[in-house]
Amino acid sequence: MVAIQSPVPGTFYTQASPEEPMFKSAGDAVAAGDTIGLVEVMKTFIEVKAEATGTFKGYVAGDGAAVTAGEVLAELED
Amino acid sequence: MSLKIVQPGLSTSIQDLGRPGFFHLGIPIGGAMDRFALRCANMLVGNPEGAAGLEVVFMGPQIEFTRDALVAVTGADLPAKVDGEPRDGWTSFEVKAGQTLSFDFLKSGARAYIAISGGIDTPPALGSRSTYPIGALGGVEGRNIAAGDVIPLGEADLIEAGQTVPADLRRMPGNSAELRVLPGLYWHRLTEKAQQGFFDDDWTVALEADRMGYRFKGGSALEFVDREQPFGAGADPSNIVDGCYSYGSIQVPGGLEPIVLHRDAVSGGGYFTLGAIISADMDLIGQLQPHTPVKFVKVDMDQALAARKARKKMLAEVRAHLG
Repeated sequence: MVAIQSPVPGTFYTQASPEEPMFKSAGDAVAAGDTIGLVEVMKTFIEVKAEATGTFKGYVAGDGAAVTAGEVLAELED
Repeated sequence: MSLKIVQPGLSTSIQDLGRPGFFHLGIPIGGAMDRFALRCANMLVGNPEGAAGLEVVFMGPQIEFTRDALVAVTGADLPAKVDGEPRDGWTSFEVKAGQTLSFDFLKSGARAYIAISGGIDTPPALGSRSTYPIGALGGVEGRNIAAGDVIPLGEADLIEAGQTVPADLRRMPGNSAELRVLPGLYWHRLTEKAQQGFFDDDWTVALEADRMGYRFKGGSALEFVDREQPFGAGADPSNIVDGCYSYGSIQVPGGLEPIVLHRDAVSGGGYFTLGAIISADMDLIGQLQPHTPVKFVKVDMDQALAARKARKKMLAEVRAHLG
């Protein structure tokens, strides 16, 4: 299991916009560098990227959740 | 004699104590949002308190050193590492030429200050090295630091590593904050109910919180005393005929979300300001993360001045301790 953590505090989003699908769904293949979500802070959207390759297990933080730096946003299975 | 920026972090800027004296010309005072933390960091490495350092927001940079230096990280709890080995905050440590300074995830607070012996020696603009990106003043060619930048350092006499600011003299942000407010020039524009509600309501720090201003949300909309708007003030009751803004003043556009103006704020405009955060609490604002619960607390001038005196005493104690 690999945890993907938020680099900054802010608000987490699982979609690029309300009309778009979620970045990842359970069972999706994830490559290192894939964007799995966005964190908004200081009028900026920061892409959260997977640092490892694996299979997407699911989001831990919900769409629109307030998150802190280091908080686990999603998990991958090796 | 320099720092190589490997990764810049989210929004890392060169800051000193700012460039007061030009606000009437629209040039903000600038400088570190948490000036106490910057002063402490500089003292720890043997610099003058107003030397330029790095203000780091939420996410730390990765910096390679090309000379031996003494370094201190104060302010937010952003754990520092030298070649991957952890170092304590509010305590000076050595970084050797060729070593890399990096950071773990932010634990608390919002802004960490990195002081390096000798100080950052970029060219000053209007008497300060502080970065004001909108006006392209100071910093690295008027902007925040970027990957690949090589940042010059001043000459330094190395003092001994391991000096520390005692825990009771550090100002650490908690999980919530109280910000003291001195009602101001336009306070009478609010109804009594709105005046009371502003202090009774629970607010939280909004996502739109940066060096220009901190926005707060969650409280009720303000009600204004009816009046015929003066010529030039526009129709919205939160508007005035253009006036001056002060550092710390609180404007509430549309009566909805208060904005506290901070170091890089505009100097004037057409929003009424209900009052100002007292100077003693301005450093604290720079350490608030988004979503932090906040209460505004009403004080009078005597209380504001007593609070300022207490802050000065704390700084004097740090100076005495670090000798």
